[in-house]
Amino acid sequence: MNKLRRKVYMTAGYNTVSMGTGRKEFHPKKPRPGLEDYIREAGRGVLKQVGGAGNIDEGVIGNFMAARFNGQGNLAALVPAIDEGLQWKPCTRVEGACASGALALTTGIKSVLAETADMVLALGVEVQNTVKAIYGADILATAGWSRERKAGHAYFFPGKFSDRAGAYYEKYGRDRTRQAMARWYRNAIENARLCPTAQEYHNTTADLDAAALAEPNPKSFVDHLNVLDCSKVSDGASAIAIASEAGLRRAGIPTSAAVEIVGIGQVEADLTVPPGDPTRLETTRRAVQCALASAGITVDKLATVETHDCFTIAGILAVEAIGLAGPGKGPDFVLDGQTARGGRVPFNTTGGLVGWGHPTGATGVHQAVTLWEQLTGRADRAQIAIPEDRPYGLSVNMGGDDKTLVALVYRRGQEK
Amino acid sequence: MEYAERLENVAVLGAAGKMGSGIVLLLAMEMADVGLKAENRSRRYVLHAVDVSHQALGGLVKYLRGQVLKAAEKKIVALRKVYADRADLVDNSDIVQQYVNDVLDVVRPTTMLEAAAEANVIFEAAPEDLALKLKLFARTATDNPKAPWVFTNTSSIPIEEIDEKARLGGRIMGFHFYNPPAVQKLVELIRSRTTTDDVAAFAELLCKNLRKVVVPAADRPGFIGNGHFMRDLLHAISEVDRLGSEMPLVEAVYAVNRVSQDFLVRPMGIFQLIDYVGLDVCQCILGVMNPRLTGENLHSPLIDRLLEQGVRGGQHHDGSQKDGFLQYQQGKPTGVYDPAAKRYVPIAEFQAACDARLGPLPEPGLPWKVAVRDTAKDALLARFFGQLRSMNTLGSDLARRYGIRSRDIGLKLVSDGVARTANDVNQVLLTGFFHAYGPVNEFFG
Repeated sequence: MNKLRRKVYMTAGYNTVSMGTGRKEFHPKKPRPGLEDYIREAGRGVLKQVGGAGNIDEGVIGNFMAARFNGQGNLAALVPAIDEGLQWKPCTRVEGACASGALALTTGIKSVLAETADMVLALGVEVQNTVKAIYGADILATAGWSRERKAGHAYFFPGKFSDRAGAYYEKYGRDRTRQAMARWYRNAIENARLCPTAQEYHNTTADLDAAALAEPNPKSFVDHLNVLDCSKVSDGASAIAIASEAGLRRAGIPTSAAVEIVGIGQVEADLTVPPGDPTRLETTRRAVQCALASAGITVDKLATVETHDCFTIAGILAVEAIGLAGPGKGPDFVLDGQTARGGRVPFNTTGGLVGWGHPTGATGVHQAVTLWEQLTGRADRAQIAIPEDRPYGLSVNMGGDDKTLVALVYRRGQEK
Repeated sequence: MEYAERLENVAVLGAAGKMGSGIVLLLAMEMADVGLKAENRSRRYVLHAVDVSHQALGGLVKYLRGQVLKAAEKKIVALRKVYADRADLVDNSDIVQQYVNDVLDVVRPTTMLEAAAEANVIFEAAPEDLALKLKLFARTATDNPKAPWVFTNTSSIPIEEIDEKARLGGRIMGFHFYNPPAVQKLVELIRSRTTTDDVAAFAELLCKNLRKVVVPAADRPGFIGNGHFMRDLLHAISEVDRLGSEMPLVEAVYAVNRVSQDFLVRPMGIFQLIDYVGLDVCQCILGVMNPRLTGENLHSPLIDRLLEQGVRGGQHHDGSQKDGFLQYQQGKPTGVYDPAAKRYVPIAEFQAACDARLGPLPEPGLPWKVAVRDTAKDALLARFFGQLRSMNTLGSDLARRYGIRSRDIGLKLVSDGVARTANDVNQVLLTGFFHAYGPVNEFFG
């Protein structure tokens, strides 16, 4: 990627609750907020912080499959439903499966870089609890190649990552990997308990490791994962403002209240080709390399990472793909506590996909909001220390089985 | 005729009833599953669901559709393999729908009893009335050259007696599902002296395929389940009589009901259970057992009296509880029937005073729901009943007497040869009645 010719910032993030099983207020049989309610809440949460819709030039909304989960297309036209001040402004809906949120970010970034906008409202949304999990699995399976569906597992993506986990166990040993996956789960829940919008905020399980080490049951689920190895079904939306310096100025927001996007890596892999080595996330690796290179930093400058742990094994594979541990060494890195909140590079500090939740189309935006909170000191009880000599945050958002990848590098905005 | 062939043509008599509909569900799914195996694809599986009313059969089909849908969703992982060769079925939703259709395709709801005469296997789930059962068998199984095998869901009538009177020549066995059959794990299998080996072997294989817990019971009236339940309920009624000198009948019913639930850590009180089963059904079963068993009086004038006044219990078509000994609002008891006044007295009128007379539960209490889910259940129960034994209250006294009587009933079933072991008795109460512990225990001293 060419060097960015203009500074791009993100600020004024907002997350709705990630709603679904685990939240005390969730009742599967009672009416719940719909797609437009989540979009409105998240959008208004941003507008309130940027001085209103008048300061927004454009809207971008990321969503995976509202057409099937909610019978709703044309989502761009739900952006003006947030505020009448957005009526008649250009809006775009983008889709890249579970990376739809980050595609909304890169699309907004490009508008700012193209100087067609000084502030873009970027949103991500998904409302998935409209169908039972087994039918949701059909919908989510569309993130894979449709011709693979027939031979795929009933729970298609858990099946895909179960296969990856199985290959990893075989190559590097099962026990230590399972232990690391359980630790990943524990870290995720412990972090989620510090974030009131997290789906696992109310989780009270006493022995998280023991729960997570339950043996997989291939009869009712997949061969190599149990349900706690998987992110849950979630409803939610996240939003953030993407701005130029002029955009921030216009909204009266100091750059120190924003994060600067210093590196972008966006990589696509062929949907019709299975992964060469199932124990590696090659597309993720490439996206992170691009992002770090365009930021001009090395991996040891990272203070924190928000990665796409749709499954615990995906978290461990990402640790290796990012370059923090060599092949087969991800479990050690995790078990050594390096990814925990007190470790060298805290991962997913508000719970990630396993702990905070995974409203698919919102996840990429949620990651940006979390990093904005952490790097600008707004993370409240979930706040971690950001070392001065390692001031960078990295987000990794993945669509499909390592197909659509966006990695972004952030640092706190510098006052002039 | 081997298993897959014998299952090709099955009939359920009383198919739309409480037990019959569950039996149809289980059999239709088993038949569809067998029929979906590659080696059986050329066979045609037919289940004649026979009942007297079209309306009830309509309800049966609706029930089946809902239940098969749930079952299909639950076993989707296996079903994807079953339909692996069907290129047109791609999504889980396609497969679930196909399975629902395949199971429902097996079922032929009919009011024509004669349809059952072509079956290889007849499951009978008619009311507990020997004359009625014999009438049904006369038109379907007796003197039928196809010589169908008969599995009766009777919960009390000796099988050998049915065999003799229906002239089935050993082609019959007791196959006692518990209510509701699709949920309760237990099946009591009752092999009579005359039941043939191949009939018994089929029943055992079917139970295995239905993933049922099998407890064999001797061919004695009431078998194990009702052998315990009927004596248990008669104990409760005798306790009500005994308390009658100290308190009004409605309060005594309330007290014994509460003790049998909260103090004995059971899923529901004994009078609620009688209502659930139906007072008429209980009367029928007692009517079968009493004349056939000597040395004890298995009869309740109180049940007779309530039935004479039209108080029956049982369930409405939607599954909600009808009023019986107790009155119900949204499934919860709110009143107790007073046969003298012929009306229900609201529990709220006497509950506080009655609870005070019973005294407290051992601290911190042990609700049945908590006990059954706890892996350390036995230790929890031992502590609870240990405390209960040391208490000196009306409630603890009633509970002790109840627990001891329940144990004696269990031991008598073993000494009478109805159950092989105390463990079998306990298994029936654990899996057929959802008790948290078996009646043969050391909890009550």
